[in-house]
Amino acid sequence: MLRYIAWRIAVMFPTLLIISALVFTIIELPPGDYFESYVAELQAQGENVDLQAIEQLKVQYGFDKPPVERYFHWVWGMVQGDFGYSFEYELPVTDVVGDRLWLTMLVSFVTIIFTWVIAFPIGIYSATHQYSWGDYGLTFVGLLGLATPNFLLALVFLYLANLWFGTSIGHLMDAKYFNQPMSWAKAQSILEHLIIPVIIIGTAGTAGMIRRIRANLLDELQKQYVTTARAKGLHPFKALMKYPLRMSMNFFISDIGSILPAIISGAEITAIVLSLETTGPLLIRALQAQDMYLAGSFLMFLAFLSVIGVLISDFALALLDPRIRLQGAQTK
Amino acid sequence: MNMSSPLPPPGQEMGHYVSAAPFDVMSIEKISPDQEKIYLAPQWKLMWWKFRQHRIAVWCGVFLGILYATIFFSEFLAPYNIQSRHVDHIYSPPQRVHLFHEGSFEGPFVYRQKFTLNMQTLKREYTKDTETLDKIRFFCTGDKYWWWGLIEMETHLFCPAKGGELFLLGTDRLGRDMFSRIMGGARISLTIGLLGVMVSFVLGIVIGGMAGYYGGWVDMVVQRMIEVLQSLPSIPLWLALAAIMPVTWSPLVVYFGITVILGLLDWTGLARAVRSKLFSLREEDYVMAAQLMGAKPSRIISLHLVPGFMSHLIATATIAIPTMILGETALSFLGLGLRPPITSWGVLLIEAQNINVVALYPWLMLPVVPVVLVILAFNFLGDGLRDAADPYK
Repeated sequence: MLRYIAWRIAVMFPTLLIISALVFTIIELPPGDYFESYVAELQAQGENVDLQAIEQLKVQYGFDKPPVERYFHWVWGMVQGDFGYSFEYELPVTDVVGDRLWLTMLVSFVTIIFTWVIAFPIGIYSATHQYSWGDYGLTFVGLLGLATPNFLLALVFLYLANLWFGTSIGHLMDAKYFNQPMSWAKAQSILEHLIIPVIIIGTAGTAGMIRRIRANLLDELQKQYVTTARAKGLHPFKALMKYPLRMSMNFFISDIGSILPAIISGAEITAIVLSLETTGPLLIRALQAQDMYLAGSFLMFLAFLSVIGVLISDFALALLDPRIRLQGAQTK
Repeated sequence: MNMSSPLPPPGQEMGHYVSAAPFDVMSIEKISPDQEKIYLAPQWKLMWWKFRQHRIAVWCGVFLGILYATIFFSEFLAPYNIQSRHVDHIYSPPQRVHLFHEGSFEGPFVYRQKFTLNMQTLKREYTKDTETLDKIRFFCTGDKYWWWGLIEMETHLFCPAKGGELFLLGTDRLGRDMFSRIMGGARISLTIGLLGVMVSFVLGIVIGGMAGYYGGWVDMVVQRMIEVLQSLPSIPLWLALAAIMPVTWSPLVVYFGITVILGLLDWTGLARAVRSKLFSLREEDYVMAAQLMGAKPSRIISLHLVPGFMSHLIATATIAIPTMILGETALSFLGLGLRPPITSWGVLLIEAQNINVVALYPWLMLPVVPVVLVILAFNFLGDGLRDAADPYK
């Protein structure tokens, strides 16, 4: 087991390195840089531009150096916990980002739990009642959730909350808690505001998960050992719970890896509409302003989050399934 | 020794008998004409039979077929041009089509609307004038348009009555007819998914084909690449890639840019399917035969292997289209995708961006209805195709 964990963690580093190269290429691709657009903006407003100061800034942040050198500088900085400097906010990236990282993680995590809680019983029901009206109905509702764009759902929820409760469900906490240290009241406020975003983001992932649980459990239920158990007079409930369900649990855990990127994606858009204090709204702003270190750090962070999620699901899977635990390191 | 044994006593010759009548194997293994039809049917026929059983998938296929057919004639089917403004009818609510007026049949018509600006609330109010009937005309002349930019036409399937207006789904902030705009947006929204899938289809077949055929380190590299791409959240990456496109690009170039972006990150699923299928197929005898005859890998892959699992690929691709359509909608909604004057469903939804719209002019959210319907239909169709792709099961 230890060998497996060590091997799995070792594999993660090259993956992260490739991702960082990819992210850096993407944020480098737009022609020009932040300073150029900044100068153009100032000149358009008719202000005097201190070109010398700009040149100095460029040198300070290494914009005179070739991209490869800047890339290594950037990666090395990240390893040391220095994510660069946000030009737009004129603050280090870590200060701009602040709580947003933790809130993004919180939203994603709670959404996964929500997806599980909804998808698991529905998946079991659909598999055991295959081709029944309940099966069709639930599958359809799930698909409907998949087909409705998240941002629109968010808008409608915003409106309904306004209409029924007279409150705004935007943001992740009440306004008075912004930039406040964490306290019991703040945590409570965050939890209250979490509900709606989690439902909105969760709708997209739930449908896929229901379908996959259903397919997996169906495969398992058709196997001979289930027939044997039933023939020997085992109660149907037990014949379902004891083995087939445990077998499909494996898949259930490994599925985290595939739905996590989707959940993070969905969370970004929902966050923009609901103006949540997560990475989404800032990411868009940074991309539009070519604030490259900020955008790059966000992309890197989101990628890191999903890589870690996959890692954790792999560990959980190894714990559950001895086949992976014992030979995973050799075969892979 | 038992006397009833069929064998003769030891040492004696065994009796020998051969029937002289000709023996017809088919007389024993007789197959009914029905069975024969199945055994002799070509693969595509088997697939079609299997697909037909999935009723919902068939209906969704028909629905999508009709929808795709409409994009050829969207200007003809819509009563107005997508850009024509009606300044007297800004934010007009959808008009109801009636058939009967005061108990007598009049054919389809709408009541004329009267617009008043409420000076207290500054709200636009439309009242129905139940005296004036605006009968809908069919095959009539209306706004001029260039059909596919080639032929100048002015015939529409249906138009408003002379002097009247017809807004089936209301109008937007510039008084443009929503129904016509949704019809026009279908052209972009429906094709962007297809083009995007084509991009990822080509990438998936080439990259997955190489991995599956060569195996070894090529496979290793491709596998890692797929793993990395699949572990990345797609929408932030789409956003980043979309932000690259310069503002100076013309809307049409942006359109192609978006399709490439959507396809660029979505080929991984297809590549995986191709790879795993190739792994099982390349051990077949006919591949060996082709190799011995000196066929090049590219020829073996494209001529012998790909046709063997094309049906699977098409099913996988069908399931990928909805993601692309949703992706375009989301990108455009956030202002990083298509830009007006190009009209797609995502661009139309930009108008529905704030809560006032939801409260005051909910019909501006109607473009989401076709989005949801198309995505549902593609999902069901993909399900049916996937089941049909393996008719021998």
